Amino acid sequence: MLEFIKSYLTVIVINLIVLVWLILSVVKNKNKTRESLKIALKTFLKTFPVIIIIIIFIGFLLGFLPPDIISRVVGEQAGFLGILVTAVLGSVLFVPALISFPLAASLLKGGASIMSVAAFITTLTMVGIVTLPLEIKEMGKKLTILRNVFSFVFAIIIALIMGVIL
Amino acid sequence: MKPVEISKSNEKIKQKKSLIRDYIIMGAVIVATAVALLIFTDKSGPVLSVSKNYFLELIMILPAVMIIIGLFSVWIPKEMVVKYMGKTSGTKGIFLSIALGMLPTGPLYIAFPMAIALLKKGAKISNIIIFISAWACIKLPQELVEIQFLGIEFTLLRLALTIIFVVIMGIIIEKIIDFTDKKKIKVEERV
Repeated sequence: MLEFIKSYLTVIVINLIVLVWLILSVVKNKNKTRESLKIALKTFLKTFPVIIIIIIFIGFLLGFLPPDIISRVVGEQAGFLGILVTAVLGSVLFVPALISFPLAASLLKGGASIMSVAAFITTLTMVGIVTLPLEIKEMGKKLTILRNVFSFVFAIIIALIMGVIL
Repeated sequence: MKPVEISKSNEKIKQKKSLIRDYIIMGAVIVATAVALLIFTDKSGPVLSVSKNYFLELIMILPAVMIIIGLFSVWIPKEMVVKYMGKTSGTKGIFLSIALGMLPTGPLYIAFPMAIALLKKGAKISNIIIFISAWACIKLPQELVEIQFLGIEFTLLRLALTIIFVVIMGIIIEKIIDFTDKKKIKVEERV
């Protein structure tokens, strides 16, 4: 029992928070709660296919690729080049951050370095090549380019610092 | 207000189309996986067990995360974020930009028009950059998933560093924009 609680602590805490909040929300306003559950369901349906695709991808990644290949490309031995590879990958890919965490965890398990994984997550969320046209349209060329270039550089710096500390 | 409504309904149709497309792609991927696993039968064991484990771990946490997103968007509407961001200044402004950006109010493409509206209202460029960056990379419900998969140590360290560098970035970009704008004015004066 204790072992179970320990390994699922995050899950238990999060679900408890949600439960309490949901009860408070129902007590305060039923309609608003119903609306928020509708949004929750919609968000879930929207993310579900991506989740399944990424989970299958993770299965293949860990099932087919031997760990030494992963660690050679993005592991400790790959050094700075490995960080650069994942940073570029994170900038180009358009994966919801929510799903990027299990993906990152699987890379870590497969032999990737902490630095590479940190760079991947940070550029994935901060640098958006796919959303670039939209950002330029709304924010202007100068601000968009500055923001994305700085984000890319800082993501790598964040990754390096994390590698040193962890 | 009319053009906004039209673009909203267009947006809905577009979303529905991309939803259907996503499910078709998912179906195709599942079929392709089944075929691949039938060919490489020796690998099907490891692949399926890895996928199953990750699926279980996600499904224990995702409904809760989705409900948090729903509760946030209903109880803390976008208008409130705009209201508070309009008043931002100084250190308080920086913290407020981060805090408001962290709320799960929607995808990044909503943040851009909001940011521009705020900029026109007089918000500082640095705060806008911080707001957009926080919006993009520090979402409260997502961080719960990050803790689940990458551990609390990794998550907190990455968040702390991200916040520090996002603030630095906001200030640097503001300085650059100010500098180039001034130069432009000078050139125009000379002309």
